[in-house]
Amino acid sequence: MTKITKLQVNGTTYPIDADANVSLLSVLRNQLDLTGSKYGCGEGQCGACTVLINGNPRRACITPVGAAAQKQITTIEGLETEGRLHPLQEAFLAEGAMQCAFCTSGMILTAVSLLNTNHNPSAEQITEFMNGNICRCGTYPRIVAAIQRAAKEMKGDGQ
Amino acid sequence: MSGDPIVTRLWEQERYELDAPPTYRFELDRRGFFKFLGAGILVVSVLPEVSGFQESGGARRQSGESLPREIGAWLHFGENGVVTAYTGKVEVGQNIRTSLSQGVAEELRVALGSLRFVMGDTQLTPFDSGTFGSRTTPTMNLQLRKVAAATRGVLLDLAAADWGVPAARLVAAEGKVTDPETKRTIEYTKLVQGRQLTQMIPAEDPLTPPAQWTVAGQPEPKVDGREFVTGKHLYPSDQKLPGMLFGRVLRPSSFNATLVSVDTREAEKMAGVTVVHDGTFLGVAAVDEETASRALAAIHAEWKPEPQPSHREIFEYLKRNVVEEKGRDGSSGFEVGSLEAGLGAADRHLEQTYTVAYIAHAPLEPRAALAQWSGNHLTVWTGTQRPFGVRSELAQAFRIPEEHVRVLMPDTGSAYGGKHTGEAAVEAARLARAAKKPVKVVWTREEEFTWAYLRPAGVIEVRSGVSRDGKITAWEFHNYNSGPSAIRTYYAIPNQRIQFHAAKSPLRQGSYRGLAATANHFARESHMDELASLVKMDPLEFRLKNLTDERLRAVFEAAAKKFGWGSAKSGLGRGFGLGGGFEKNGYVATCAEVEVDRASGAVRVVRVVTAFDCGAVVNPDHLRNQIEGANIMGLGGALFEAIEFENGRILNPKFSKYRVPKFKDVPALETILLDRKDIPPAGAGETPIVGIAPAIGNAIFDATGVRLRALPMVPNGLRNAIGTAGIAKMV
Repeated sequence: MTKITKLQVNGTTYPIDADANVSLLSVLRNQLDLTGSKYGCGEGQCGACTVLINGNPRRACITPVGAAAQKQITTIEGLETEGRLHPLQEAFLAEGAMQCAFCTSGMILTAVSLLNTNHNPSAEQITEFMNGNICRCGTYPRIVAAIQRAAKEMKGDGQ
Repeated sequence: MSGDPIVTRLWEQERYELDAPPTYRFELDRRGFFKFLGAGILVVSVLPEVSGFQESGGARRQSGESLPREIGAWLHFGENGVVTAYTGKVEVGQNIRTSLSQGVAEELRVALGSLRFVMGDTQLTPFDSGTFGSRTTPTMNLQLRKVAAATRGVLLDLAAADWGVPAARLVAAEGKVTDPETKRTIEYTKLVQGRQLTQMIPAEDPLTPPAQWTVAGQPEPKVDGREFVTGKHLYPSDQKLPGMLFGRVLRPSSFNATLVSVDTREAEKMAGVTVVHDGTFLGVAAVDEETASRALAAIHAEWKPEPQPSHREIFEYLKRNVVEEKGRDGSSGFEVGSLEAGLGAADRHLEQTYTVAYIAHAPLEPRAALAQWSGNHLTVWTGTQRPFGVRSELAQAFRIPEEHVRVLMPDTGSAYGGKHTGEAAVEAARLARAAKKPVKVVWTREEEFTWAYLRPAGVIEVRSGVSRDGKITAWEFHNYNSGPSAIRTYYAIPNQRIQFHAAKSPLRQGSYRGLAATANHFARESHMDELASLVKMDPLEFRLKNLTDERLRAVFEAAAKKFGWGSAKSGLGRGFGLGGGFEKNGYVATCAEVEVDRASGAVRVVRVVTAFDCGAVVNPDHLRNQIEGANIMGLGGALFEAIEFENGRILNPKFSKYRVPKFKDVPALETILLDRKDIPPAGAGETPIVGIAPAIGNAIFDATGVRLRALPMVPNGLRNAIGTAGIAKMV
């Protein structure tokens, strides 16, 4: 069994000790204490574990850590820069786009990757892109509003 | 452990319909309390039903060192300036941490940000039977506001004594006491320094009326929202202790299966693995999740299954397996007038049967617990709506006194009525005792779908009579198994017979958001539409003709007006429907517009308008959030959510097989709040869910002429529900 000994997360290289087929989610949560990424289903169906791998949203629960080694991983803990929240984090707060918030980190990271490729998504495009992320509390309309608010903010229109 | 309570206790009661006496016994005396919390001011709210001191003239200061035993809440104003409120209620996303903070800040006259809330910690907070039944706002918000108002009173008294002036002329605002005559001002913090005062809340202290609220009543954001958007908040499943092991539990092959043989030798040989086989409990603890899973797979168990009904014959099964039980008041139903006379007086009659499937709460965070033993003392962090109930479960399971068990409930990844129990807590504690190390158990999604409890399935039979001019003369309503909540009709009907029939459920069932109110409203409000159709009346007009309750009339009228009921005409394949009702002092009316694709049979809810009245609104934004969320959750149960099962096995225990509402399912939502500042606030997490299913069903009827009487209505589209011939017959 191949051992993975290093992982690059949020700009830092961490020493780890994991078999290559262990899930990335397990390593992030249990070895690196990055518990912002959540276990919700274990089959890539709910999106609570979403992280960015080289900028692309990936389900950490079904991604073997071996497939993420050598790549840049971003988790919710890495979005804040110098104490400043990412515009999407601000927008989720401003729109009250959460109840229990267990889905929130996965929602925000999925939305980060959407806004990286589409700076001005329509409500339909957001719905299409985000459809794999479940919010059981049903805050979907607020999440759409938060993503639109952040898009505006990131373009500089929200000043 | 002998016997497995998890498997054998099939009927998880609608617990808040039981009288659960407070079992909490507060052991600290006042000095002990200050030693514990630090000096300052402690204000304690005594539950009104047991507060003898209130009846004996409302003594403001109780003498003696002992504190009363039945306590609702307390608030500590530390001499370091930190204000901490304590409540046994818990946060599962309904945002009560925020709304309760608003109530306290309002009465104490401090900024919202200066408060700390300790919730659901059985060692630090007063006993609470649990967070359910929409009771936090009507009871705990009130108690905490009283406690905060009394604290303000103490602070005013202290300033008055220091200055030698009457307290009545002093003003408390923005964390300070001011004397308007001398313009003297002193900060609360200064007043508290060096004090060690206890105050029982005086029952007569007036509260700030909702019309004068400045902090409560406002759309304050989630007080600790930043913790959540940064991923810093530690949910129960995120908890960790040094040396902690990961636990897994071996589940039976099906419900009620019995263990024939088991071989744990292979698992026991694995390094760093603890195996526990105690009664029917089989579990492992290991250094990491992967090893725990491998060890679990290495246990060879043989189970003997028991033949059980499937979802295909469940409704016949429930009717055949009725277990009559009396209600709390000793009666077994409700009756008024003469049903037979009412039916005889009617011009038209209608008899219909409605059904609801078992559905799952599917909270995004599955059950999780971390347990740690210290000698004979047990501490457990877990996600539950009943931390004190879980404490009792643990004390019973391990035969230790409740005082030796501490349960802490970190704000949890939702519950919806589905986390009243402490399965993961018991499992983690059992494994931790054997491993002599802290153990965390996090249920898999499949375990949560299978071994948690479900919203009961049920059959509802309605028989009614109506006069030619649209007055309902007779109403008979029988609910089999789904539950008695909101079973009574709010329509003014002179002759009624209403009965709940408990039945033997093949699956473990229990509370769900709104309990059986969803099922009973679906049947009632669907049947109302059918009666309206029978006498050729507009569904809204028909309801109002039979409705005298002013608050309910008001929400129906408000929703209909906003929706454009009666003015906009539905087109081909497009229909309008409404449904509404009353439960737990909340009044709701919901209008829905649906689109039906005649070619594919696909049903889409396009627009939903909801009007809601729960008295004075404590936080309008969070209330809207609850109403929107309830509608979306209710849409799932209305259209497609259903647990499928066969021979004691859940066939769809995964999100890939059990469909919950997603972004694409969400209609345009409009919400109207009837903010009744003249009425004390009621809870709002549950009741807004009851209107959506009948509103959608009635809209499907309006669009197609097809009446769907089973929830979910279209798990696989309308074509599957009514067949191709049915589609062809659509109006």
